[in-house]
Amino acid sequence: MNKEELVRELQAKAKKLRRGSLWVMKEMGMGWLGGSFSSADFVTALFFYRMRHDPKRPQWPERDRLIISKGHSCEVFYAALAEAGYISAEDLKTYSHCGSRLQTHVDCRTPGIDCSGGSLGLGLSFAVGTATGAYIQPTGENLKAAVRNRESRFRVYCILGDGECNEGQVWEAAANAFHYRLDNLTAIVDHNKFQSTGPVGIKLNMLSLAEKFKAFGWETKEIDGNNLHEVVDTLDWAVTVKGKPQAIIAHTIKGKGFPSLENTNCHFVKITDDLLKKALAALAD
Amino acid sequence: MKSRYLRPMRDVAENMYSAHNRTLIELARRNEKIVSCYADFPPGEVGEVFSKEFPDRIIDVGIAEGHLITCAAGLADAGLIPFTHCHALFSLGRGYNQIRQNVAYDQRNVKIVLCNAGVIWGGIGPSHLALEDIAALRVVPKLVILSPADAVSSEKATLAAADYVGPVILRLPAIGANYPTLYTPDLKFEIGKAICVHEGNDVTILATGILVHDALVVAERLVKDGIRARVLDIHTIKPLDEKAILAAARETGAIVTVEDASILGGLGGAVAEVTSEKCPVVIRRVGVQDQFGESGTSEEIKECYGLTAPFIKKAVQESLRVKRSKAAPTKPSARRGKKR
Repeated sequence: MNKEELVRELQAKAKKLRRGSLWVMKEMGMGWLGGSFSSADFVTALFFYRMRHDPKRPQWPERDRLIISKGHSCEVFYAALAEAGYISAEDLKTYSHCGSRLQTHVDCRTPGIDCSGGSLGLGLSFAVGTATGAYIQPTGENLKAAVRNRESRFRVYCILGDGECNEGQVWEAAANAFHYRLDNLTAIVDHNKFQSTGPVGIKLNMLSLAEKFKAFGWETKEIDGNNLHEVVDTLDWAVTVKGKPQAIIAHTIKGKGFPSLENTNCHFVKITDDLLKKALAALAD
Repeated sequence: MKSRYLRPMRDVAENMYSAHNRTLIELARRNEKIVSCYADFPPGEVGEVFSKEFPDRIIDVGIAEGHLITCAAGLADAGLIPFTHCHALFSLGRGYNQIRQNVAYDQRNVKIVLCNAGVIWGGIGPSHLALEDIAALRVVPKLVILSPADAVSSEKATLAAADYVGPVILRLPAIGANYPTLYTPDLKFEIGKAICVHEGNDVTILATGILVHDALVVAERLVKDGIRARVLDIHTIKPLDEKAILAAARETGAIVTVEDASILGGLGGAVAEVTSEKCPVVIRRVGVQDQFGESGTSEEIKECYGLTAPFIKKAVQESLRVKRSKAAPTKPSARRGKKR
């Protein structure tokens, strides 16, 4: 398959995941529409293009890890897991109900989810631990030498929110990742410019996230995170970087794909029948 | 029944952190999954040996205790068995959310070593004294909490933690201090099973950590006064040995709890929860009484917070006095006259 075909296929799939996530949201009557839609494109590229994983073996030790640090916009992941075959369409209907495998923040009890989320600022630390573990082998070299000399057993991807980067532990983890030169770790920041109660820079002015990751020693790229050409190219670039972790600052549009909510703070919205109808129409193939 | 693994003489003082470290080295030699992690904390014997033999299995994340805990959960996800080491208070204070979310909730095979646990360390002042360690962690579901009493049980607890699949908290007292050794090296240590270190049926002292020794000293002194105190080493705070505690309540009718941490929600709180519902008896709790810590030598701190043998003895005598007064027949006439 050439790249044009691939991107076209991924674009169609991303649309499908947005539609699927709407039905998941409908189950609760509320949904993290903004974040699910802003991240849907790179989530699609990870699940259906870049990551090495096997839905039949969710616990395969050598699988690439996807650590969803912004654990709230779970609907798009559940749609992706169902599409990939980790869970069933029936599972999606149980979302948010007591006893379900699909909790209202991503949760380890769901096959295909590697780390429970919901408490922000933790995922990158977890990803650093997993990425470090991917280099540890029985015989002795120090860790930095190991990263230079060995193949990592798997890659680790971590999806962060931009508001989440307010959390101090994100930067503890960022420092640690560079210190051990974890080149098997890629962080993707869903930079949709809104956090729970307002615009990102106005709630807390963090200046440039890209400059921050650079200052922490990460190989950093800023891209249009809703452009699958760029997403695919950048994910391909990340695996070629040696000796440094990679940060992808994905500039995205909150609510991308549903024009009437795009670029508004549609963080956690009521899913009315009317909204569902209009959004599905906007996302029709 | 009294444990057969008690040393006849408690004349050897050993370091519990060293015992833990030696055990960790042994474990690492036979299990390639063992990883030792630090947040700028002294690794002791582990530092030198790991650096030589398995340098990629010793990890220091810098002064970032919250990150340390979550990072260890990630290491466990990669199939390893990480032991984390830093000050008890900072593991639980800076890492509480992380312990709850990444370790306990996700049931990661992480072993969190609370170094300098409890109040008695003293040396470095209130900011570092973990009075709340037992109370704060006891309410987190699915954690195992071990609190060994001497170097031998520190070694056995480390082995048990490594064998157990799932999250374990291991409390160790002041890492630089030596404590009397109570047990013989062949001690049989079972998670969740209290060890009887002194037999008796008049009263029970339930002690944990390094104060088991003080409780034992008190029990031996009380024999001269004709009081037979049962002493149980509650080395597992969670899951609590309810069977042994309820048997003690039934058979002795009076309980004194002894801990180097806050009695609020601590061992004292835990024992009171169990007995009040299933076998209410007189309870007196020796421990830190809703206070913050203080700088001082270990001996000063023990005295200051009422944790020395005389305080334990007083609590035992008081519990016995209440037990006996309750056992005495009440006079119906005296009660009738009282206003409600």
